[in-house]
Amino acid sequence: MCDQTFLAITFGPCDNCSQNKPLMNIYLKNEPINYCSLCVELMACQGLAKGETTNTLKAESESLKAKLEEERAKLHDVELHQVAEKIEALGQFVMKTRRTLKGHGNKVLCMDWCRDKRRIVSSSQDGKVIVWDAYTTNKEHAVTMPCTWVMACAYAPSGCAVACGGLDNKCSVYPLSLDKNENLAAKKKSVAMHTNYLSSCSFTNSDMQILTSSGDGTCALWDVESGQLLQSFHGHSADVLSLHLAPSETGNTFVSGGCDKKANVWDMRSGQNVQSFETHESDINSVKYYPSGDAFATGSDDATCRLYDLRADREVAIYSRDSIIFGASSVDFSLSGRLLFAGYNDYSINVWDVLKGTRVAILFGHENRVSTVRVSPDGTAFCSGSWDNTLRIWA
Amino acid sequence: MTIRSDRDHGQRYRPRMSCLKKLEATVVQMQDPSTGVKGTDQKLNVTVIPHVITGQDIVAWITKNMNVDNDEAQAFGTMLVAYGYIYPLQDHKKLVLRPDGSLYRFQTPYFWPVQKWNAEDTDYAIYLAKRNIRKKGVLDAYEQEEYNRLHKWMNHKWDFIVMQAKEQYHAGKARQKADRVVFDCQERAYWIVHRPPAQTHSAMDYGLDRHIDPNAEEKKTYDYYRRIIIYTQQAVMRSRVKSSVSLGALAKYITTFKNHDPFLVPCLPSNPWQTDDDSYWELNAPDVEIPTKMRVERWSFSFYELLNDPRGRADFKIFLKKEFSGENLAFWEAAEELKWGTAASMSEKAEQIFKTFLAPGAPRWINIDGRTMGLTVKGLEHPHRYVLDAAQTHIFMLMKKDTFYRYLKSPVYKEMQKKAISPAPHNFTEAQLQENMRNRRPSIDPIITWQKEQEEKAKAAAAAGPIDIKKLMASKLDRK
Repeated sequence: MCDQTFLAITFGPCDNCSQNKPLMNIYLKNEPINYCSLCVELMACQGLAKGETTNTLKAESESLKAKLEEERAKLHDVELHQVAEKIEALGQFVMKTRRTLKGHGNKVLCMDWCRDKRRIVSSSQDGKVIVWDAYTTNKEHAVTMPCTWVMACAYAPSGCAVACGGLDNKCSVYPLSLDKNENLAAKKKSVAMHTNYLSSCSFTNSDMQILTSSGDGTCALWDVESGQLLQSFHGHSADVLSLHLAPSETGNTFVSGGCDKKANVWDMRSGQNVQSFETHESDINSVKYYPSGDAFATGSDDATCRLYDLRADREVAIYSRDSIIFGASSVDFSLSGRLLFAGYNDYSINVWDVLKGTRVAILFGHENRVSTVRVSPDGTAFCSGSWDNTLRIWA
Repeated sequence: MTIRSDRDHGQRYRPRMSCLKKLEATVVQMQDPSTGVKGTDQKLNVTVIPHVITGQDIVAWITKNMNVDNDEAQAFGTMLVAYGYIYPLQDHKKLVLRPDGSLYRFQTPYFWPVQKWNAEDTDYAIYLAKRNIRKKGVLDAYEQEEYNRLHKWMNHKWDFIVMQAKEQYHAGKARQKADRVVFDCQERAYWIVHRPPAQTHSAMDYGLDRHIDPNAEEKKTYDYYRRIIIYTQQAVMRSRVKSSVSLGALAKYITTFKNHDPFLVPCLPSNPWQTDDDSYWELNAPDVEIPTKMRVERWSFSFYELLNDPRGRADFKIFLKKEFSGENLAFWEAAEELKWGTAASMSEKAEQIFKTFLAPGAPRWINIDGRTMGLTVKGLEHPHRYVLDAAQTHIFMLMKKDTFYRYLKSPVYKEMQKKAISPAPHNFTEAQLQENMRNRRPSIDPIITWQKEQEEKAKAAAAAGPIDIKKLMASKLDRK
């Protein structure tokens, strides 16, 4: 539904080195130029020119930042709750635990849904990755990773493989098999290599590419079959904890959130950081796109969830209450985008009305931190994973 | 110990524990003599313990002062107990708040969980040794295990530990009995929080340390500022829209999809998770013959929704076939496959696409403007993943702005709307629901579904072959 400007010319000869590479659109003295990422980096690192000092550069950056705020403010003509006044309020919600999946021996750290809307993959602290049919609660596959703290897991779009990683600094893809007795670890493929723990991974539109984020502060796009690094994304100054691919028709951007309190939007083709938001007061644990791809929500250790509008280029809502003081570990939208499900470190799940900014329900049941919350692909239920070793399906 | 920075995240300083400050503020309020929770004296054996509070009083205070309901107040109270700000006198190993007459006390600030230091193993060893001295065999099984473990690992300073334990024991003896009992309770509570018994968890467990210490000041050299300048410059030049426009669009999206959100409007016939009947999934399978009315309606919301739904895309293909413009969608699909495919297959795919869609006289030649065609053909000399981006965007916008709307007005779509089914809502009795729960149906493994799909695709590709434009034009002329 969004009409985001399609940046069509992002590959071609670099204006500086003339090599054919993915190009970043930047400005040199207010003139638009297309440089490859290497040339941009060289430009940043070149020695101080005549009359330049660190202080003059600092002053220039401060004035530019002020200008950016000014530009943003110019178009800030209405607040979200004003727009929400015309929308009718939500009724009462009855959400119950419909399934409890027990089988992990330690904290559940991450989970993902399969596109068939009923299977899920989950990973835990003890290195176990389990594929369940959540509808029947049967375990279908189990893999033991050679490392602990498997913080990232993802189901492939085809449903034929899962990817996972954690303290081993790698992301590995395990093709699933119809033969229940087959040892899945034998066919494991090591795809991503980071220099620190893997915090999050996601397949793109096919089984062939994986996007990963790591504690080393970078995100990266990998080719599964060859393990080749296709693109890396530098810009965070601390661990990157979470990423999410845009659902829009172009499918060319993704958002990442990190411990530097920043949420960055990246162009997957060129590696350029196109937008950045820094309004949180603590680590951002989770980022998720709004279903239309025009906005995204974040959950943070400062006990708030926030909504950022990409077209207006600013934060438009803060979801918080005085009584909520524990960090939000994971967020996800319902199918229409009206509800925001957020799991917190105080063992509860809060459901927010995205437009009006109010909380519509609070769900209890877990006996330890809720580490991950994901809505199913058709929006019929959402799954929460917790440090109490269980997963729950709510509907 | 001085606090080095006022940021609340840092490795040795209890990362992600900024909530502790807010908890402390609340606890201080709760202990206010006039507005706080009312305490009484409680007789325990022969001593009287002062300032004892009951669980229900705590919940009532939280409900009133924090403006929350009972469930939330109880959950918050459990957090206070889990973090050790309040400790239970009875059943001291279970750190939950019971909203009844159970007895609790406020923990002394000395034993509050703080950001500044960890509960050290040395202190724990001293504590266990002290209890051992006081009375042999009083340690629990898990405590005895810990004691043995620490004795092994700290053997080199065990004399120091025993000496400290003895000192503390004698110092304790010098106190008044009542004070001693209270202090023992407090200390015991502290260690339950920081060294939880087996099979329980500690709220102090925060997971992994961050790799990059956020408290460490980032080196602000000139390249640091240069990068900010480069980023901010392009951010300033970026086009943005008025808030009213973009927020309006967000609200419009919600309104459009409201009836399709199972959390807002119940899905028909019923939500499989709620009734244990998976008819909803059967009726909405990717390759179903007749789709539901809701699904067909959803195709009209945006071109993206139509393409994203395999059944919708199939219907769109039927329409395109009738219009003899299937090459646009075929090109878009081929470009997608190139973009998301494996690196190894790229040049082969690019060549195939060029031969089929872009070369002059190609069997499925697509109609794009000269400039884009020029750019694309030039890029194909050294094919890479995004070489078709410009052409793909052009074709996509063409389909989105023109073909899509014609599709929605076409007899193909209108017929589909007529044929589409509207399932009646289920109305299960309690007994039927129980029956459903026992008979949850397993589904086909997605691997099998995928293999079938691939076979279908291969068959279709083999059967189709390149369309002969000449023959097609000839048949069109014939009809005239």
